[in-house]
Amino acid sequence: MSNVGIVIVSHSPKIAAGTADMVRQMVGDTVPLAFTGGNPDGKLGTSVEAIMTAIEAAWSETGVAILVDLGGAETNSEMAIEFMPEERRGRIVVCNAPLVEGAVIAATESSGGSSLADVRRMAEELSS
Amino acid sequence: MMDELITAVAHAIISRAEHLTALDQAIGDGDHGHNMKRGMEAVLAELPTLSGKPPGEVLKAAGMQLVMKVGGASGPLFGTLAMELGKALPPDPDRNDLANALALAVAGVAARGKSERGQKTMLDVLIPVEQALSGGQSSAQIKAVALAAAEATIAIKATRGRASFLGDRSIGHMDPGSYSSALIIATICDKMDTSA
Repeated sequence: MSNVGIVIVSHSPKIAAGTADMVRQMVGDTVPLAFTGGNPDGKLGTSVEAIMTAIEAAWSETGVAILVDLGGAETNSEMAIEFMPEERRGRIVVCNAPLVEGAVIAATESSGGSSLADVRRMAEELSS
Repeated sequence: MMDELITAVAHAIISRAEHLTALDQAIGDGDHGHNMKRGMEAVLAELPTLSGKPPGEVLKAAGMQLVMKVGGASGPLFGTLAMELGKALPPDPDRNDLANALALAVAGVAARGKSERGQKTMLDVLIPVEQALSGGQSSAQIKAVALAAAEATIAIKATRGRASFLGDRSIGHMDPGSYSSALIIATICDKMDTSA
């Protein structure tokens, strides 16, 4: 699929899954989508390894936009990006946007075939 | 030597995990001790596979375990500290090498956390320690600097990390990441003293 992929990263597995449900309701299967929540023990937190797996799962040649909730989710997502193959790193971004609204609007933008930069810009307009 | 140091550091953190978590319950999300304990246990499990490797390689591998297993922002932050130290340390480091490597590693932590001194973070311990090390202070002095710097975070208002949500209410509590950092530095200083 050539639409930009969306990755949802929350401290809470339930919020990650619920946000993904809301995205699917909006865009169906037209956008590569993956989500992860919880630390390596499954408690509240995030996991670099799980984020890397989610990026792989939502990978698109046009890139992947990651939506995060709080601090650790952002730091761990940035770490995960650095561990990705070099040729992919430049096509993965963490959006500075609220998680739920950001994910839904980013996915909607992606479903219309927009570029990674446009998907990110639409999500980040929510924060401006 | 590096194995022994890392083992001592891991035990220092694991044995104080409850206290670290209590500090984090006051001004954060209350998981710092548990998270660091999980990370340090993963480091201890990894150590036997690293025997005989150069100290820098051992540190890099330990840092990677912290990144992967801690599960909070502390993972990439403490992991970056260890990995950047590992990258910068030559095979048989002297004091100057150590000071230079620590300076690079602390800069790496600041970049990873998009933070600076004075925001009630681990940098409030690491930066004075780095200055004490490059300033030629003894390991006993550096240990005292680290512990005093952790105490001094009590008076700071948090402007980075989860504690910043509390604003002025973050004042009056020690920063958990600073205390973890001070424990790590103090443990290393004690080891350096006994091996000198």
